[in-house]
Amino acid sequence: MNGPQDLGGMDGFGPVEPEPNEPVFHDDWEKRAFALTLAMGMPGGWNIDQSRFARENRSPAEYWSMSYYQIWFAALERMLKERALITDDEVVAGHSLHKPKPVPRVLSPGDVLKVLHRGGPTERPTNTKPAFKPGNAVRAKNINPPTHTRLPRYVRGHVGTVDRVIGFHVFPDSNATGAGENPQWLYTVRFEGRELWGPDGDPTSQVSVDAWESYLTPAD
Amino acid sequence: MQLRTRALQTILTEKGYIEQAAIDELIETYEKKIGPRNGAQVVAKAWTDPKFRKWLFEDGTAAIGSLGFGGRSGNHLVALENTPHVHNMVVCTLCSCYPWAVLGLPPLWYKSAPYRSRTVADPRGVLRDFGVALPKDTEIRVWDSTAELRYMVVPMRPAGTDGWTEDKLVELVTRDSMIGTGFAKSPKDLR
Repeated sequence: MNGPQDLGGMDGFGPVEPEPNEPVFHDDWEKRAFALTLAMGMPGGWNIDQSRFARENRSPAEYWSMSYYQIWFAALERMLKERALITDDEVVAGHSLHKPKPVPRVLSPGDVLKVLHRGGPTERPTNTKPAFKPGNAVRAKNINPPTHTRLPRYVRGHVGTVDRVIGFHVFPDSNATGAGENPQWLYTVRFEGRELWGPDGDPTSQVSVDAWESYLTPAD
Repeated sequence: MQLRTRALQTILTEKGYIEQAAIDELIETYEKKIGPRNGAQVVAKAWTDPKFRKWLFEDGTAAIGSLGFGGRSGNHLVALENTPHVHNMVVCTLCSCYPWAVLGLPPLWYKSAPYRSRTVADPRGVLRDFGVALPKDTEIRVWDSTAELRYMVVPMRPAGTDGWTEDKLVELVTRDSMIGTGFAKSPKDLR
């Protein structure tokens, strides 16, 4: 979606302000928001692309006024309610009021390290061949899906060079809508700064994105 | 937020969807166990072991995996080589994608709008916010992490460190130098 998360190239947010000796979490509630989100992945039955969409799918005013973990928590609540795993009256009461739904799996403490170590690999097997190879000139398509996409606005319509063929990976645009993994060939595509930003662009800079094949057309 | 997060935790525990001990284990893991020291060990090894260095840039996932690091936000890893001519910076404009497996959880600035918006358009300006100045003709490569590939920068080895052991070199590798918003420390910074 062309939403508030697609920040590349926006002005007005001010300088980067690193915090010296920043703690991993700024508050106990952030630890909870983080851990609850991770722990509910398996029982919740959603994929990471769905959770990213749940975070970004809100008004710009809301997104830009919320802290990072406030957004995580709001998205977690939304996904739980969408799947009827919790209800509004339970949130108000602060307790379970209805019978729990059956869930595929629950994360046990003994499994935590194993699950983290497994992670979520996205590469899938294929017999197909990539359409592009390193050195090819490609143009990022001007797609504007209202749902989740990983093609940022600042590269759409621009011509770049394929830097490498990464592999055959789950396609987030499809996975996030529940339409299935539909994996595609994935490429690192590099763009010149001046191509992206015009004469104001830094001529010594290049920016790359990792783009799925359906984001690209040949530009040779 | 204290009340709301506690309330949700209560509900989810009462329903049997989560176990309190698993919550505690997740917090403990990312607060104390997985952090930038992992990545620093990768860099120190790349500085001292030419065969590892070559492997690291050819197949980051496998080379880093051989040291026991990988998994969540680290299933697909690429190491980027800083040289006197090329400086690499990593960003996730669309959210906060970050190589947890080697750097732990990202700092707040990495996840916030200023960094996410400006790095792809004005990398030198962002480096100035970090007090970093690069020569005018250094090429800057910014890598926007839009897929599950995770990037870590291998900073240049500082001068005056000949003969140092990996353990000692690890102390020079800062978290920011592995994102690309800083350099590794020099020996005098340790004293």
